Amino acid sequence: MGELVFVGLGLYDEKDVSLRGLEEARTSDYVFAEFYTSLMTGLSLERLETVVGKRVAVVSRKTLEDDDGEPILQKAEKLKVAFLVPGDPLIATTHIDLRIRAQKRGIKTKIVHGASIVSAAIGLSGLQNYRFGRSVTIPFSEPHSVYETPYNVVAENKARNLHTLCFLDIKAEEKRSMTIEEALKILLSLEEKKKMHIVTLDSLAVGIARAGAEDSLVKADSVKSLLNYDFGSPPHTLVFPAERLHFVEADALVKLAGAPESVKNMAR
Amino acid sequence: MGRYKQLEEIVKLMNETKRIRNTSIIAHVDHGKTTLSDSLLAAAGIISEQTAGQKLFLDSWELEQKRQMTVFASNISLTHNFKGEDYLINLIDTPGHIDFSGAVTRSLRAADGALVVVDAVEGPMTQTETVLMQALRERVKPLLFINKVDRLIKEIKLTPEEMQNKFAKIIVRVNTLIERYAPPEHKKDWQVRIEDGRVAFGSALHKWGFNFPYMKAKGVTFKDVIDAYTGEPEDIGKKVDALSKKVPLWEPILDMFCEHLPNPLDAQPYRQSQIWPGDLKSRVGEAMAKVDPNGPLLMCITTVEVDPHSGVVAIGRVFSGSVEKGKTVHLITGRQSGIIQQVYMSMAADRVIVDKIPAGNIAAVSGLPSIRVGETLAEEGVETQPFEALKYVSEPVVTVAVEPEDIKDLPLFDKVMHKLTLEDPNLHFTMNQESGEYLLSGMGELHLEVTAYRMQEAGLKARLSKPIVIYRETISRNYQGPPVLGKSPNKHNKLWVTVEKLSDEVINALKEGRISEMQKRDERQVMLRNFGWTTEDARNVIAIEGINLLVNRIKGKQYVEEIIDHVKSGFREAVHQSVLAKEPAYGLKVNLEDIVVHEDPVHRGPAQILPMTWRPIWGCFLLCSPQLLEPILSFECKVPNDFVSPVITIVQKRRGKLLDMINEEDMMIIKAEIPVAESFGLADELRSSTQGRAFWATQFSRWSPIPESLQMEVIRQIRTRRGMSPEPPRPNEFLEEE
Repeated sequence: MGELVFVGLGLYDEKDVSLRGLEEARTSDYVFAEFYTSLMTGLSLERLETVVGKRVAVVSRKTLEDDDGEPILQKAEKLKVAFLVPGDPLIATTHIDLRIRAQKRGIKTKIVHGASIVSAAIGLSGLQNYRFGRSVTIPFSEPHSVYETPYNVVAENKARNLHTLCFLDIKAEEKRSMTIEEALKILLSLEEKKKMHIVTLDSLAVGIARAGAEDSLVKADSVKSLLNYDFGSPPHTLVFPAERLHFVEADALVKLAGAPESVKNMAR
Repeated sequence: MGRYKQLEEIVKLMNETKRIRNTSIIAHVDHGKTTLSDSLLAAAGIISEQTAGQKLFLDSWELEQKRQMTVFASNISLTHNFKGEDYLINLIDTPGHIDFSGAVTRSLRAADGALVVVDAVEGPMTQTETVLMQALRERVKPLLFINKVDRLIKEIKLTPEEMQNKFAKIIVRVNTLIERYAPPEHKKDWQVRIEDGRVAFGSALHKWGFNFPYMKAKGVTFKDVIDAYTGEPEDIGKKVDALSKKVPLWEPILDMFCEHLPNPLDAQPYRQSQIWPGDLKSRVGEAMAKVDPNGPLLMCITTVEVDPHSGVVAIGRVFSGSVEKGKTVHLITGRQSGIIQQVYMSMAADRVIVDKIPAGNIAAVSGLPSIRVGETLAEEGVETQPFEALKYVSEPVVTVAVEPEDIKDLPLFDKVMHKLTLEDPNLHFTMNQESGEYLLSGMGELHLEVTAYRMQEAGLKARLSKPIVIYRETISRNYQGPPVLGKSPNKHNKLWVTVEKLSDEVINALKEGRISEMQKRDERQVMLRNFGWTTEDARNVIAIEGINLLVNRIKGKQYVEEIIDHVKSGFREAVHQSVLAKEPAYGLKVNLEDIVVHEDPVHRGPAQILPMTWRPIWGCFLLCSPQLLEPILSFECKVPNDFVSPVITIVQKRRGKLLDMINEEDMMIIKAEIPVAESFGLADELRSSTQGRAFWATQFSRWSPIPESLQMEVIRQIRTRRGMSPEPPRPNEFLEEE
């Protein structure tokens, strides 16, 4: 009887994987990994293979999506297979479909969690997890289509006095990641169209760069200031706080994220 | 006396709208249209009378001269004095071979009148009927010229009475067509009659001719004509020459144009609503009805040529306002602006620079490099509608693979292909992404041969493959059963579709452009309702690709508006290259039944939505007994009775079907259908087995299911040629579990 273990690799480099995850990979007959869903900027395949002590087969989006992960499932029918995934295997980019397929074929599945951008960004922002609404990705604009969903999600959350975590689009295959500046410009152009005063130059936002890396950076300020702030290289993440803050949240934004003192007025 | 002695007169007349006549000459191939144009030009003093009839002035391509056949439309302007008044006649020549009939339709849009040329011996042929029908649909008023009357005397030796009977037959036939296709208010008054002078007789080659009023004025009878062609050959030469001096053809023809064709002031108001979908009450609409040279510019581009000196030159009719050098204009369809560099008048192969050309005239402009045929030029800053998409009667049915002989010629190859496709919108040039092959598609074997010749003319040595037939893919029954599910590759989005067959009336409406993406939604809804569609479906057509429609039946689902454009693209791709053999789908109605879209935009980008759309369409298509359709040519051939049986043998050998045989004196008219796939080399075979005595023509007739016994073999051939596995996919390769 085979087994498929989903192992979260965490956020930055090969050192972020848990000891349990490492052990599962080392005791597997085959190790697969995918890197098309996010950037682990500190990771090298070579070092990962050294740590795991095995060859790691990198699978493409095509293998997982068009071919329904068939090569992985075939091996896992008889043998133990580890599938290494950046972040947590079931959060931002979910591999739930592969897990369901495996389960249907009688393959035992197991999860070893990794740090996710969701917990890292929320933690770094200093805002409280209990007060986040739906999260949303801001995609690169495609010809012929403008996605209004990101703007609408921030608006819905603000209406309910909730924070919004915005993932910024990553096209790992094209080595392209959206920066905070690009994301803010997209939202400002939607503001111009919809005029609901959701994301204006004066709105408060929190920019997070390279969460999980040693040189990670957090900066809270008005959209206008963040547009000119140098966040360094991606990956970047963006948070729009609710209009009213808990006093600890306000304190954290000022003390830990360099927000202007006036933010404290938002907590009453 | 230079060739341009008339230039000043022409420029003056351009501003006298009532004195302008825009006319084209239409005919079946070889019925003598270009020879006639030359006689008219000779009269205008542009080329000398002696060479007319041999030089074929309008045929500026060397090739056209070799083939004695006009390939591309060419325009000229000339003046004529009728009853003491000067007139400006803009003559728009049109190609005679049906392979190029796209150009015929385009020329017709610029014209208010058309002279139908019919060979006296052969009578109206298939193509005469096709082009006349096209003309009447564009609300172009017809006149008739019965050409080659000398053949009735020399070859068939008819008496004056028999000749008149022959003419009567031709006139009745032409009037039947006018009755059928003319706009309702002109079904009666556009009928051509000998008595009022709207029918002329003559010989374009021998440069004589007359209509009834001219005959009376000059005191000439048919007996005189018969006499002129009777006797010793050298006498005949002299007598015919004398005849052409006494009743020179150009005079009655140009008289007819001046007397019987409408000027733009009369024509534009009744043509306007047929050829332009804009608001007749708008500023542009009103200026167009008045042919106002000071109104906002509106010009319909009917020809684009690439010229080594001027670059891209766009020719068309100015319907409102004026074109002038330095003017900024808006290209409506191309959604861009440009500045007119030069304004020209066309004089056959040459263009003459003028300052300005006002409404009602045919003009040529340069300085707009990205312009395409069918474009509408409008006044900068004035909101207006483009002219309707031009309605072409023919569609490409044959493809060749083409490549430069020397790979170093690739840049030249690119340039030449760009030029050719720009000039001839019926030529389609594509690159097959998978095989890297360059493919050239056209409207027949001859069309592509001519194109190959034009490549050579441009200094390009290219290799052409054997012609390949273009097929269509369709279904033989509607899909019945629960909607077919498609999932995005990441499995986070779902779409359900069904596929049905479009009815013949909807298919025809799509072909003729009566149903299009450009038209207003309400108008389309009314049309489809009349074809028996439900109001809901008729209202929710969201995309049209080829002869296929996409209907959105989805209601009340979230985020649909953010992905619907990807769904449309997926539909377009699915039907542009369908699933049996990657030939275009035909006559499909694809219904979007339901959808589930992921919350987050990054999980529903085009890479997810496109496959989610085309997979269930293909799956559903394969469940409906798919069929391959092949193009069928209608074939009409007139041969002396002795040669009937070899022609029938040829037709039958080529999987043809005899439709009708009509005996006409000692000739037989054979009407048949032949699949394009079996038509290659037809010209040579007919020529050799009838000693060149067959008059014949083919034109695209319809798409027809390929015989079942051949279908799989043809599919395998196409797939193999395209580098795919020979067997088409099975439906379950596209079907998903819930």
